[in-house]
Amino acid sequence: MVRLITHNLLSCHAKGCTTNNFPLQFKDAEIEHREADFNPEFIRGLLPKIEWKALVDTAKELGDTSLPYEQPEMMDDELLKTLHHVLLEMHVEEGQMICPNCNHVYPISNGIPNMLLAEHEIA
Amino acid sequence: MIPTPNLSHLTAKDFERVYEPAEDTFLLLDALENDAEDLKSSRPLICLEIGSGSGCVSAFIGTILGPSSALYLCTDINTHACQCTVATGRQNKVCLESVGTYLDRSLHTRLKHRVDLLIFNPPYVPTDSVEAESAQSSPAIASAWAGGINGMELTNTFLKLAPELLAPQGRFYLVAVKENNIPRILAAMLNEHDLAGKVVLQRRAGREHLHILRFEKQGSQVQT
Ligand SMILES: C[S@@+](CC[C@H](N)C(=O)[O-])C[C@H]1O[C@@H](n2cnc3c(N)ncnc32)[C@H](O)[C@@H]1O
Ligand SMILES: [Zn+2]
Repeated sequence: MVRLITHNLLSCHAKGCTTNNFPLQFKDAEIEHREADFNPEFIRGLLPKIEWKALVDTAKELGDTSLPYEQPEMMDDELLKTLHHVLLEMHVEEGQMICPNCNHVYPISNGIPNMLLAEHEIA
Repeated sequence: MIPTPNLSHLTAKDFERVYEPAEDTFLLLDALENDAEDLKSSRPLICLEIGSGSGCVSAFIGTILGPSSALYLCTDINTHACQCTVATGRQNKVCLESVGTYLDRSLHTRLKHRVDLLIFNPPYVPTDSVEAESAQSSPAIASAWAGGINGMELTNTFLKLAPELLAPQGRFYLVAVKENNIPRILAAMLNEHDLAGKVVLQRRAGREHLHILRFEKQGSQVQT
């Protein structure tokens, strides 16, 4: 499952691709929504590890505009619930992730992102 | 007793291509179970298992910590293993986030100093280098065990990456056998990376003398 939390932690690692290699852009994404238990403490803990702009932009690409553009200073319960949904309940099952820098295509199949590179593509 | 994950959804056919949990896996589960209270109280948020195979170990960790308390990231070079890992997560009601990649590639940059619990049961069996390299380049069942010289070729690569991944209070569990030269692993991690490690469990299983090593950052608050 590529959930947005995971997507927020992936960057391109192809040979020579070291800048502007994050976030990867979804293409032809097929999304499934699956409910997950809401744990506000967990979401709060994740926040400092998340790249906010990348998350908001990616959610928007996938048609979800529920998050504010600027990261709010105060996190109320409602916002935590929104984050919970965006980070943990949207599963990209099929599609591709494309590097904004080198255009390398990483396929997603059966919910699994294939980040493996061929020998000559490895840094 | 923490129940061993339910793997009844995996078949003999799956285990032709994916490592079937064996004595090494179970020793790792025992070590994690021994540390369960400690692990829970340290409240890990990001767990990362390299080479998750069937997904048995991460599912077990999910049972210890609770499915909604942490993110369970898993990698494997073998995409069949990734499929099994996801299925094992579903079967055991833990969401295992499986990524097909070599070690921690594609995750390393963003996970620097963020991993609270790091796990690796590597291909540790001594083989010649050629065998290990060919196992790595066409991932199949041999890549689960073929470890090259001293069984350490892939492990050595990862031991250079692991210290950078660990959060300040992070822990790292590694499976090793006697032939891997455990005193040398411990000394190198301490001297080169300031990571204090020790053997927390060992067991003889057939020809293998299995060890579970646990590393923590120096000056870490976690007491044993
Ligand atoms: C000894 S098995 C352990 C499997 C499982 N974690 C367990 O304990 O039962 C080693 C696993 O590492 C995977 N592996 C081998 N080389 C790898 C690499 N370069 N990157 C990621 N995983 C790798 C194998 O496919 C296999 O699933
Ligand atoms: Zn790239």
